[in-house]
Amino acid sequence: MSAPAWRRAMNTPVGTLTAPGVQAMPFERPGHAPLALGQRLRAIRPRHLIVLAALLIYPWVATPFFTFQIGGQALVLGLIALSLTFLAGYGGMVSLAQMTVAGIAGYCVAIFGDSSVSQISLGWAWPWVLLMAIAVAVLVSAVIGWLSVRTEGIYTIMITLAIGVAFYYLCVQNYTLFNGHAGFHHITTPQVLDVAWRDPVPYYYLALFWAMAGYFLITYLLRAPFGLALQGIRDNARRMNALGFNVTAHRVAAYAVSGLLAGVGGVLLAYYNGLVTPGTVNTGALINILIIAVLGGMRHPIGPFVGAVVFVLMQTFGIDLASQLFGDWARERFNLVIGMVFLLIVLFSPDGLLGWWTQLRARLRPSGGAGRSIPAAAPH
Amino acid sequence: MPPSVTENFPGRVRGRVSIGWVWGAVIGVPLLLFCAWALSDNAKLFVRTLFNGVTLAALYFVVASGFTLVFGLMRNVNLAHGSLYLGGAYLGWMVGDASGSWLLAVVTGFLAAGVVGLVLQVSVFRFMPGQDLRQTMFTIGLSIVLADIMLWSFGGEIYQFDPPEAIFGRTPMPFIKAYPTYRLVMLATAIVIGIALWVFLNRTRVGMMIRAGVDDRAMLAASGVNVQRVFAITFAIGAGLAGFGGVVGGTALSIAPGEDTRYLLASLMVTIVGGMGSIPGAALGALLVGLAEQFGLAYAPTYGVVFTFLIMVLVLAFRPQGILGRKT
Repeated sequence: MSAPAWRRAMNTPVGTLTAPGVQAMPFERPGHAPLALGQRLRAIRPRHLIVLAALLIYPWVATPFFTFQIGGQALVLGLIALSLTFLAGYGGMVSLAQMTVAGIAGYCVAIFGDSSVSQISLGWAWPWVLLMAIAVAVLVSAVIGWLSVRTEGIYTIMITLAIGVAFYYLCVQNYTLFNGHAGFHHITTPQVLDVAWRDPVPYYYLALFWAMAGYFLITYLLRAPFGLALQGIRDNARRMNALGFNVTAHRVAAYAVSGLLAGVGGVLLAYYNGLVTPGTVNTGALINILIIAVLGGMRHPIGPFVGAVVFVLMQTFGIDLASQLFGDWARERFNLVIGMVFLLIVLFSPDGLLGWWTQLRARLRPSGGAGRSIPAAAPH
Repeated sequence: MPPSVTENFPGRVRGRVSIGWVWGAVIGVPLLLFCAWALSDNAKLFVRTLFNGVTLAALYFVVASGFTLVFGLMRNVNLAHGSLYLGGAYLGWMVGDASGSWLLAVVTGFLAAGVVGLVLQVSVFRFMPGQDLRQTMFTIGLSIVLADIMLWSFGGEIYQFDPPEAIFGRTPMPFIKAYPTYRLVMLATAIVIGIALWVFLNRTRVGMMIRAGVDDRAMLAASGVNVQRVFAITFAIGAGLAGFGGVVGGTALSIAPGEDTRYLLASLMVTIVGGMGSIPGAALGALLVGLAEQFGLAYAPTYGVVFTFLIMVLVLAFRPQGILGRKT
């Protein structure tokens, strides 16, 4: 937070903290006026509608491959990464266990629902399965939060990574509950409304619906008192504590919210892959979520979706491109390429692709008229 | 850095002794009962597991002490520590294979990883002062890149090398007829390294600077010490210990892709359990984690990792800064 913002905060009586101008104080960035909820509705610009239209029309223009593998996958990964962006960007807690939470939801779908492993799968009806999966994800996420938030900021990353990797080893070792290396295959989508939900177009709309639900939930929360308090805690936990906010409770609640998003994403991911194995939650997968969030930028909830699109495109086509440019050796070196990209982003653009976008806008419009809403780039 | 909110309640200190006893009883009595049962049931298995646990703990201590040293001084969570372990092991193996000298391999592992650490500190991390998160992210990216480069150059095969004849055989032991000498040597090595680190940190000038830096970096810089040099030395030693552990551990076990994650996890667990930035804490943490892992594997194979995990959860729940960690 800038020094003037601090001074203003210091000189504001506690009772007036709910006034809109002060309310958004922790959010403040230079040149970005905060908006109240009503103003925000009025702030819908043509470009937002264009993006929405593009997202809705996309599957009718794109091939099934692009609809499912690129569109659907990016939306789901973006949703899981959004849970990290919410925690890290607005709560100041970088959790590497988001994919673990998503994976646990996926495992729940397999364990409580149907899969190829009939000895373990319980075969419940789908509403209960989904309810259970999401509830377990929220609970696990809250427990992870409770374990990690009582230490200082940077430990969070260590503790969540340790939890995530330990869960991976548990999945590999344990056959009675997690079916070890093999995991669960043939996870089918439920029969609802006679739609084959795993077909490209229905799956795309399903993923789009939940991605948008997650996106709007987060944008709403960030302006609700809870989200503002969370951002205040991110900026100065001590001061918020002194103001009477229960810092630990807010942080744990933020973890629970992120668990909700990651849980929904995990269920969708299990349906997308049709399987859940230890590979779903291995270290690479945990870190991929971080890469997606950092790649997109953690300053705005649209960031993870942008990052996910770029990530999925790189995963799908980047290697072909690299092997054509650099020869055949590059074909199997996806991790090298993605690691390098991640390093470059960390070194040169800490705000990710959104940071570039903001810089570009600032350059194009030097009058400083750039609004605070970063236009939603279409995830395709 | 503001201390976390939970630390603002001094009332908790008073009850610690009695609470400590209660917890000691709650954890210790079942543990003693288990030991008694295990000894009467199968003494051989118990003793062998005990030895395995302690010698594994020795290896974990060597690797994790480097991690915790770097973390304690620089607040740099070096998530590429596992990669340094594996890299040191591979390079050590190459040199050992070419020269036929195991000692040379150990020295190579230490030096190679140490140089990498030094270069990293001097060329990257010193330009990100105070940016814990960015440094950590950088080490994550680095670990991905290094893992892939190592997979590329060494393939997926499992490498192994033999220690010199003198420490290769088996040593007679009570209960179990014999135990691999090398693992006992490993234990001795870890003890020597622990003592050396203690002497270095407590009896030398640089060590004193490091300890002062752990407590208060700003004050250390203000008193005229070249902090960057202290950082570079610490990082080199910390990384070198990972590479050293790589060769020593690669001799006892094996070198393969994926080991980097394993030892990174071990380092994280040891540091979290033992206390962040504390060398005695690393020793205690390594002992707990190593024993938990081996006993878990021996007595509950499919839930082995759960025991390590439980230890971590218990420590975090009741003593978030680690058993021997100090509040910052």
